[in-house]
Amino acid sequence: MAITHEGPAPAEPVRSRSSILNDARFRGLVAQAVVAAIVVFAIGMMVWNAQTNLANQRIASGFGFLNQTAGFGINQTMVEYNETSTYGRALLVAVINTLMVAGVGIVFATILGFLVGVGRLSKNWMVRQVCTAYVEVTRNLPLLFHILFWYLAVLAAMPAARNSYSLFGEIYINNRGIYIPRFVFGEGSGVGLIAFAIAVVGVIVLKKWATARRNATGQQFPVFWTSVGLLIGLPLIALLAVGFPVTIDHPVLKGFNFSGGSRLLPEFAALVIALSIYTGGFIAEIVRAGIKAVNYGQSEAAASLGLKSGLATRLVVIPQALRVMIPPLTSQYLNLTKNSSLAAFVGYPELVQVFAGTTLNQTGQAIEIIAITMGIYLVISLVTSAFMNWYNQRVALIER
Amino acid sequence: MTDTTIAGPDRPFIRTEMLTPQPPPTAVSGFAGWARQNLFSGPMNALLTLVCAALAVYLLWVFIDFLLLRAVWTGTNREACIAPGVGACWPFITNRFGQLLYGFYPADEHWRPATVFFVAVALIVPLLTPSAPYKKANALLFFVAFPIFAFVMLHGGYFGLRTVETRAWGGLLVTLVVATTGIVASLPLGILLALGRRSKLPLIKFVSIAFIEFWRGVPLITVLFFATYMLPLFLPSGWTIDGLLRALVGVALFSAAYMAEVVRGGLQAIPKGQYEGAMAMGLRYWPMMLLIVLPQALKLVIPGIVNTFIGLFKDTTLVAIVSIFDFLGIIRAAFADPNWATPMTVYTGFAFAGIVYFVFCYGMSRYSRFVEERLDTGHKR
Repeated sequence: MAITHEGPAPAEPVRSRSSILNDARFRGLVAQAVVAAIVVFAIGMMVWNAQTNLANQRIASGFGFLNQTAGFGINQTMVEYNETSTYGRALLVAVINTLMVAGVGIVFATILGFLVGVGRLSKNWMVRQVCTAYVEVTRNLPLLFHILFWYLAVLAAMPAARNSYSLFGEIYINNRGIYIPRFVFGEGSGVGLIAFAIAVVGVIVLKKWATARRNATGQQFPVFWTSVGLLIGLPLIALLAVGFPVTIDHPVLKGFNFSGGSRLLPEFAALVIALSIYTGGFIAEIVRAGIKAVNYGQSEAAASLGLKSGLATRLVVIPQALRVMIPPLTSQYLNLTKNSSLAAFVGYPELVQVFAGTTLNQTGQAIEIIAITMGIYLVISLVTSAFMNWYNQRVALIER
Repeated sequence: MTDTTIAGPDRPFIRTEMLTPQPPPTAVSGFAGWARQNLFSGPMNALLTLVCAALAVYLLWVFIDFLLLRAVWTGTNREACIAPGVGACWPFITNRFGQLLYGFYPADEHWRPATVFFVAVALIVPLLTPSAPYKKANALLFFVAFPIFAFVMLHGGYFGLRTVETRAWGGLLVTLVVATTGIVASLPLGILLALGRRSKLPLIKFVSIAFIEFWRGVPLITVLFFATYMLPLFLPSGWTIDGLLRALVGVALFSAAYMAEVVRGGLQAIPKGQYEGAMAMGLRYWPMMLLIVLPQALKLVIPGIVNTFIGLFKDTTLVAIVSIFDFLGIIRAAFADPNWATPMTVYTGFAFAGIVYFVFCYGMSRYSRFVEERLDTGHKR
């Protein structure tokens, strides 16, 4: 039986009889107005104070200093740089050095982290214990301790150039750094590069074709080994065809020091080793958690489909574990990049050391320089997060 | 029993007595069986076991040999440790133990930081023990009364205590002061930011997100540079702030952003029904948050807070970049002392620093794991 309201409809819309002070929307507006006022006031105060202080201390402002001659040298430069270059050029060199140490560190930390993380889940008791000890020790010591330890206690204690440790007679380690052979690409080496590009395209096409064939016929094709062969073989054949213009520049002891080859600064080496070992411990825990998060039923189902244990891990467990691992992995990569700023403690010429250190001392323009430094790290962070979010969406579980 | 029970050609065999139970084959039981299954189940596995065992034994031996067997225990200067083949040079540590703990704090005033330390322990231990009573009063004492007490005791200038400039502070004292201040200051700020980030008011949400993402996107070193070189320019001219305080401001802002994300995790874990229940009871925003949501959320994130504290404790080493001598910084400075210039000084210093940091951080991480297990009520997937 339907209930019906009888009687006349209300003549006017119901109005809240309570005070406007109890109205949620009004209170929200007031709260926001207060916050806005505080923020505007704080920023205004800061700008006003900064202007008076700068005027009092006669410090120049603006970004004009970027075009002035820097006048200091940098001992690791990937691009052309010397004492007569500008501060802007020095900034570029510093950013490249930061990205280099971060990039190399991320590669090694990931390899180390995956090995140890899988080791912690090993059935072998001994392997498990060693990996656990590694994780506990590395994670519970400050990163600066790692860096200083490798720099002051290990690399500084290496012998002088004359008594260098030698690996295979090609790589030399002494207290001035690590010397490795360098490839010198002569005239006509561009052919190799073109061949490599062709090989990359070939691999992509091959992968598409192999997947299509497998989906149609069920036949497997050894894509991985074919790709490796293509990527190495094709450039090699191309280079041989033009008479192999690549020579190797060996490090040779001359007098008190080595000449030839490439030299890795001990600062760079200490930083990469310490960052990889420290971050590797954190990545190991992420890998372990990611693999454990995959339901055991998935492995059982893979086994009952007839997949061998290696294939089951690669095709069933790892793809699902990756999904769990990517967000924390991203933040570890970002941490490593930000932590590369600790290079300032050992004097590796990266962003903080060159720009927030030397340049700030020379120009005294604290506001501009620290704003640029922080801005660059922010951009690196945001770009990395954006890329990892895109990748995360690609591998994310598509739910109904 | 007679022979007739034994099976003959005309009757089937029937066993009339039980066989005595036999021990399981040694290959699957006991230590040998365990080792066979876990350590030597295949050639590859056996190789891994041997390599790992060799590595573990070697490292353990290196440590024991260096730290204990070959170590020098007494001496007054470098002569004691100069002999070739000696291990750790412990007199290097014991001779400057006061400096490692308190920096350049005047020696006759060392009782002051020591008192602060013991009061801190007396307040923290019951605060972190789940079964201890009077949590509210305890928290109030630690978060409100203790910072004032610690400041008066350490800095002095009141009640007839001699003023000790923060420039003289150093060593483990600075490490603990920076880490504790960072956490105590960042907790309220972090809670506000986390609430702001989950707020429905667009402006407050935007300001919170911008603040959090900015501080999380930059390294702590640049924050310290910011606090040391840029912050004084933002203050009215004539105001000067203490060097240590500048670093503390930077650390507090930095860790507040991380704390906000930890607290946000807790807020998100509270079921919606709790919010709705509170609103149905007629509670407004702040009573709802303070009485219903935050008490539950903060309890959930205690492990996260402890982990943030561990991170902050390790990160305090970075204050050395703005010429504040924390524990690691003062050990590093001690390497330059010509009185103790021996080949083993650096290794001894690192060994001691490593042990101290490890004990602190490992202890805290065990605690956070203990709380995690306690909070884990068994609702697993």
